[in-house]
Amino acid sequence: MSEQFDIVKLIFGRLTLESIPYHDPIILGTFLVAATLGLALVVAISRAGMWSYLWNEWFTSIDHKRIGVMYIVLAFVMLLRGFADAIMMRIQQAIAFGDSTGYLPPHHYDQIFTAHGVIMIFFVAMPFVVGLMNYIVPLQIGARDVAFPFLNNFSFWMTAAGAVLIMASLFVGEFAMSGWLAYPPLTGILQSPGVGVDYYIWSLQIAGVGTLLSGVNFVVTIVKMRAPGMTMMKMPVFTWTALCTNVLIVAAFPVLTAVLALLSLDRYMDFNFFTNDLGGNAMMYVNLIWIWGHPEVYILILPIFGVFSEIVATYSGKRLFGYSSMVYATVVITILSYMVWLHHFFTMGSGATVNSFFGITTMIISIPTGAKVFNWLFTMYRGRIQFDLPMMWTVAFMVTFVIGGMTGVLLAVPPADFVLHNSLFLIAHFHNVIIGGVVFGVFAAIAYWHPKITGYKLDPFWGKISFWCWVVGFYLAFMPLYVLGLMGVTRRMSQFDDPSLQIWFQIALVGAVLIGVGIVTGLYQYYASWRKRDELRDETGDPWNGRTLEWSTSSPPPQYNFAFTPKVYDNDAWWHMKANGFKRPTTGFRAIHMPKNTAAGMVISGISAVVGFALIWHMWLIAGVSFVGLILATIIHTFNYKRDYYIPHEEVAAVEAKRGEVTA
Amino acid sequence: MSHSTTLPAGENGQFEFMEMGEHHAPNGTLLGFWLYLMSDCLVFAALFATYGVLSQSFAGGPTGADLFDLPLVALNTSFLLLSSITYGFAMLQMQQNRLRGTQIWLFITGILGACFIGVELYEFYHMIHVGAGPQTSAFLSSFFGLVGTHGLHVSVGIIWLVTLLLQLNKHGLTTANKRRVYCLSMFWHFLDVVWIGVFTFVYLMGSMA
Repeated sequence: MSEQFDIVKLIFGRLTLESIPYHDPIILGTFLVAATLGLALVVAISRAGMWSYLWNEWFTSIDHKRIGVMYIVLAFVMLLRGFADAIMMRIQQAIAFGDSTGYLPPHHYDQIFTAHGVIMIFFVAMPFVVGLMNYIVPLQIGARDVAFPFLNNFSFWMTAAGAVLIMASLFVGEFAMSGWLAYPPLTGILQSPGVGVDYYIWSLQIAGVGTLLSGVNFVVTIVKMRAPGMTMMKMPVFTWTALCTNVLIVAAFPVLTAVLALLSLDRYMDFNFFTNDLGGNAMMYVNLIWIWGHPEVYILILPIFGVFSEIVATYSGKRLFGYSSMVYATVVITILSYMVWLHHFFTMGSGATVNSFFGITTMIISIPTGAKVFNWLFTMYRGRIQFDLPMMWTVAFMVTFVIGGMTGVLLAVPPADFVLHNSLFLIAHFHNVIIGGVVFGVFAAIAYWHPKITGYKLDPFWGKISFWCWVVGFYLAFMPLYVLGLMGVTRRMSQFDDPSLQIWFQIALVGAVLIGVGIVTGLYQYYASWRKRDELRDETGDPWNGRTLEWSTSSPPPQYNFAFTPKVYDNDAWWHMKANGFKRPTTGFRAIHMPKNTAAGMVISGISAVVGFALIWHMWLIAGVSFVGLILATIIHTFNYKRDYYIPHEEVAAVEAKRGEVTA
Repeated sequence: MSHSTTLPAGENGQFEFMEMGEHHAPNGTLLGFWLYLMSDCLVFAALFATYGVLSQSFAGGPTGADLFDLPLVALNTSFLLLSSITYGFAMLQMQQNRLRGTQIWLFITGILGACFIGVELYEFYHMIHVGAGPQTSAFLSSFFGLVGTHGLHVSVGIIWLVTLLLQLNKHGLTTANKRRVYCLSMFWHFLDVVWIGVFTFVYLMGSMA
């Protein structure tokens, strides 16, 4: 009998029927909704006979444009999950006063704020930004794909595998209750014996591999594959910021990998890196994770600075003001982002000297950032500004981000930080810069490049409704948190005593609901525009009178992007081509060398997710077998030498001729 | 590389906007692999820093001076340094397009790598056997973390080397295979450099303390 029990344990580890939280009505309800929607999606795809299309044209595609779109879709799906967490927290905090304990017990509430942070940073903001870089960078530098197209597909699927694991934690077991950076000793095995922290570790490790590889991929792409004539100082600003971001990814993510590996050794094999006894040092974890964590926020915001630079120049009908100062500011921010990590824990007790060093380096970052804001303003000055949706997001960003930047400088003052540390003031600050910066920027970017990606413009009506809901909602949701933070209210609380605080939380809830309306109307905008795609269609490939090379191809661009590699003479290459009487060649097409699709990325990432799940649940047998499978699958993939093919010149000629008919 | 220079405008201010000939972007595999190695270097940097912080946290347990067997480590270091030299010989053979010679030197490199791993495993086994496992103190955790990660890398290198030998057998010294031999060469020498750091900071300084 006991032997049989051991076999069950060997296979299932600590996973039992009890691990599935079917007794919790909230989770059960969520599961039923998610399962119904998922099933409906599967049925709809099957009835439309779309599986082979999806498989051949998307899942196994190594086309950077397809992969970019898949990243953005993933980000939208995860945004809904992250927002659901947010609204649950807002409702709980708005009602849990005095005798009321709200509707979320603390252990559930703690999982929600942890999941919210992790999902929004790793599985919403990151995929949005990486997706944008994927789609736009090769087009802007006149390349046909990235340097390592297979690796690109693999990176996407690793990110998706991480997302699948974190979603699984909702329905099987639990998630970490530790906050989004999982500080030990709370996340050590003694204080967190459950699977929550393990879900955290493995979903981030798997997604992190994908991010790191895509960082390497983009640095090489930008350094090696630019069109002839595009010197470094002729690169579009978005490409420059993408380069700096990917350098940061290559230089920061290994530290995250290392520190999470050390935490897993503590948890799985009783090592003593971060434990309270036998010489462990928990503050070392905090240092290491912020050595990754601070560059991470610049990884998110730098490409967004690039997005706004492109948009401001295009919609002002002017060359960007101060191109080279923009580039230098970006590089300076890249370097400085490594010298400020300690400001996340001034209260560690490292002394006045160390704290002042990190306080000052932090404040210095506001100088290059301020230079950027002035450059955008001077670009608008005396420009013919078209107030389309992307420009509205840009102006909202400039106002909001400056406020967030100023509260950031406040927090950089160590004595002020001792008061505001861990308070809602901090929460308000980083939402101020992440929503006001990254999120606004992503929506601006999508509105700007949507016609390039799909071939038709977005319908502005729903976009503007979404815009106003987001902007007003943001201010309503987060300005009260500044007030509460100044009054000393700490973060991560599920219940409050003082009834005088309640009104602020209620206002914040109204703001969160408005943001929800903004999300729904924003999504509806994509649907409404798709329905009206024929009237919104753009045949020219250049609907905004753009300045950079992505606008020189058709919309959507052909698989090979450019029939002929462009030659570049100016930072605004396409603008220069238009000004100097460029005519599209109609003859002389050649066969184009392209990489082949492959399922290897999906297979290897799928096995990685299985390895992760098995390790989370201590299913040693499955973990071992699938780990060997993972190595074998990787080796087998390296035996595939036939990875490329040629698009025949007749096909290129036919595609280009078709475009000629349309634009003629 | 054409893209690193500014293009001149054509005569009469006319620009040639398209590369009408075949345009192949230069291959970036070696740069990409080098970047990956630098990121790996940062993993080791984090582990070295961790070791630096915890190297005196003996928690009443054994110290480096009690545990390290320098002659054994010297033997191990010789294996790894020699393997770097033999990999160099394999590269020389490859440059002369000699498949057999390349394979033989790679094989010898793999054997030396396996000897290194063998001695390291023996050392770990011995330490755990005398009660100085990674669970004993933070110092030993960081020792096993750093040295073990290096050993894991060498093991992966050996698996890669075996795979590459099979691929060389199957396809010979093609451009793709040569590129792979180059990448593994960088990986192998990189691990050698890291080991010199481990040998100095962990073993030599640990034995002196």
